[in-house]
Amino acid sequence: MDRLPKWADVALVPLISLVMAAIISALVLLAIGQSPTEAFKVMVDGALGSAYGWGYTLYYATSFIFTGLAVTMAFHAGLFNIGGEGQAQLGGLGVALVCLSLPWPHWTVALIAATAGAALFGAAWAAIPAYLQAKRGSHIVITTIMFNYIAAALLVYLLVDVLRPAGQMDPASARFPEGAKLPALNDIPGFNLIFQKAVPANVTLFIALGMAVVVWAILWRTRLGYQIRAFGKSEPAAKYAGINPVRITVIAMLLSGGLAGMMSINNVMGEAERLLQNSSEGAGFIGIAVALMGRNHPLGVVLAAVLFGFLYQGGAELGLWTSIPIEMRIVVQGLVILFTGALDMMVRMMLTRAFGMFRSVQATQPDKGAA
Amino acid sequence: MDYATLLQLLDTTLRLATPLLLACLAGLYSERAGIFDIGLEGKMLAAAMAAGAVAALTGSAWAGLLAGIGASLIFAAIHGLASITFRGNQLISGVALNFLASGITVLIAQALFRQGGRTPPLAGDARFNPVVLPGAEALREVPVIGPLYYEVISGHSVLVYAAFLIVPLTWWVLFHTRFGLRLRAVGENPAAVDTAGVSVVGLRFAAVGITGILCGVAGAYMATALQAGFGREMTAGRGYIALAALIFAKWRPVAAMWACLLFGFFQALALRPDVVQAVVQVKVPVPFLDALPYILTVLVLAGFVGKAIPPRAGGEPYVKER
Repeated sequence: MDRLPKWADVALVPLISLVMAAIISALVLLAIGQSPTEAFKVMVDGALGSAYGWGYTLYYATSFIFTGLAVTMAFHAGLFNIGGEGQAQLGGLGVALVCLSLPWPHWTVALIAATAGAALFGAAWAAIPAYLQAKRGSHIVITTIMFNYIAAALLVYLLVDVLRPAGQMDPASARFPEGAKLPALNDIPGFNLIFQKAVPANVTLFIALGMAVVVWAILWRTRLGYQIRAFGKSEPAAKYAGINPVRITVIAMLLSGGLAGMMSINNVMGEAERLLQNSSEGAGFIGIAVALMGRNHPLGVVLAAVLFGFLYQGGAELGLWTSIPIEMRIVVQGLVILFTGALDMMVRMMLTRAFGMFRSVQATQPDKGAA
Repeated sequence: MDYATLLQLLDTTLRLATPLLLACLAGLYSERAGIFDIGLEGKMLAAAMAAGAVAALTGSAWAGLLAGIGASLIFAAIHGLASITFRGNQLISGVALNFLASGITVLIAQALFRQGGRTPPLAGDARFNPVVLPGAEALREVPVIGPLYYEVISGHSVLVYAAFLIVPLTWWVLFHTRFGLRLRAVGENPAAVDTAGVSVVGLRFAAVGITGILCGVAGAYMATALQAGFGREMTAGRGYIALAALIFAKWRPVAAMWACLLFGFFQALALRPDVVQAVVQVKVPVPFLDALPYILTVLVLAGFVGKAIPPRAGGEPYVKER
C-alpha cells in the first residue's frame, strides 16, 4: 500500500474523521426532526460567541487537556488507560483532603499542595492496574474499567458516611476554606478586561498548558520518554535494548494516573469548591476522544481539548435553548472516537486510494505540469 | 435470616442474574472468536430502548424483543466492520459504541415519546409476564421444597428460562459441534483456521452476530421483563459486570452461569442491606456490595483465584499473509 504524505497523515486524516463524525451527527439530528444548521448556530453562539461562553469552553477544555494528556502518556507506552475517570475522581479526593486539612493562608500555597495531592491520589489509583499488567499480565483495559467502578463506589461511601459534615443532607464534603479559593479568569488583572462576568475557567488553565509542555518534554526530550515510546512501539525490541518492561509500564501508568488526577484542581478546587459525587462527570472518558483526535501529541491534545470544550459548552446550550437533549454531545463524542480511533484504517485506505489516483493522473499526463 | 427471606433473596438473584448471564454468554462467543467486546453495555442499552419503544408502540413484548435484537445487531455490525473488516482497535471501537448508545438512546426515546428520554410504562402483553410452572401451585404446601419451587424456580418470565437453557446449548455448540471447534480455533490461532480453508472473517462475523442477538435479548429483558419500560442509562454498568463474570468464569459457559448467579446474588444483597447486617452482625456499606463483583474480578485477574488466560488471538485483527 502506498504511504500517505506526512502532512496528510497529521492533519488530513483527523480532519476527515471529524467531518465524517459531523455528517453523521447532522443526519442524527435530521432523523429526530431537528435542524443541524440551527443547532450548530446555537452551539457556536453559546460557546464561542461571547467572553462568557469562552469562559465555559476554556473551563471544560482545561479538564480535557489533563485527561487527554493522561491517555496520551499511556498510549505512547502501548497501554490503553481507560481508567482516567476513576483516577480523576480519586484526584478529587486528594484535592479535598488537602484543602480541608489546613486553613490555607494563600491560594498559591494551597494550589501547589492540592496539585500534589491530586497527582498523588490519581497515580496511586493507577498503580495497582499498572502493577498487575506489568507483573501478572492482567489486561490493563479490564482492570482500569473495574477500578473506575470501585472508585465510584468508594467515593459514594466516603461522601455519604465519612466526609459529609453532620447535618448536611446531600452527599458532598464540607466547603473548602476561603484561602483555597482559586482566582477565575475574571479575577486576574488583564484577563478581567475580556472576562467581565464571573466564569468558571480559572488559573488551572495555565497549569494544564504547562503540563502539555512538560509531557512533550518528557516524551521527546528525555531518556525516559525515549524508553516509553520504544516500549510502546515494540515490546520485544525494547526488551532487547535493555529497557525494563515492568519499570516502564509502571512509570507510564503513574504519570498517566497523575495527570488524570490533576484535572480535579480545575473542577473540584476551581469550580465546585467542595467534593461532590461523580465530580469528574465523564471528563476521564473524553480524554480518550481528545487523545485520539489530537493524534497523541500534546499540541494536538490542547487543540482537541478546546474543540471538545466547545462541544461540551455548545451541547449544554442546546439542552438549554432547544428541544435537542444534552445527550447529543455524547453521541458526537462516540462518533469522534469511532472515526478517529476504530475506523482510522478506513479513512486512511480511502485517502491512500485518492492520493494514488491523483498520482496516476499526474503520471499519465507528464507534459501538463511542465506547460 | 429466616427461610422466607432467603427464598426472596434467591428469587431476586435469578431475576438480576439473567441480563448478566445473557450478556456474559454474548461476550463469550465474541471473545472465544478473538474479538474483544467491551461494547456489551452499549448493545444492551440500545436493545433496551428499542424493545421498550416498540413494545410501547405495538403493545407486543415479542415485537419489542425482535426490535431489541435488531438494534443490538446494528451495533454488532458496526463493531464487526471496525474490528474485522477495517482491522481497527477493538477496544476503542467498543468504547465508542458504548458512548454512541448512551447518547442516541435518549435522543430517540425523547424524539418518539417526549417523556424526558424514557419510554412509556408498559403493562399487560407489552411485557414478558411471569410464567407459573406446572405443579407449582400443587407443590406449594410441601415443606421446604414446595416454597423453593414456587417462590424461586417458578414465576419468572420466559426469557429467564431461555437464558438458563442457552447455557447448556452454548456448551454443546462450543465443544461438540464443528462450528464451535472452528470458533474456538479462530480465537486461538486464526492462521491455522485460514490454512484449513475456513474463512476467518466469516467465522468472526458469525460470532459477533451471535453476540448481537444475545445482547439484544438481554436488553429486551431489561426493558420489558425486569422493568416496565426503558429509562436512560438503565443498564447501569451491567455490560461491564458481565465482562467481569466472563473473566471470572475463564471464558467457559457453565462457569459463566455460576459467576453470573454469584454477581446477581451480590446485586440482590445490595438491595437488602438490612439482611446483610443481620447475618454478619456488622454494618456493611452498600457501595462495598456494589463494588464486590469488580473487586473479585481484579483478584481473579491478579491470579489469586486461579489464573485467567484469555483466548490467545484475542484483540488482534487477522491479516492474511500475501
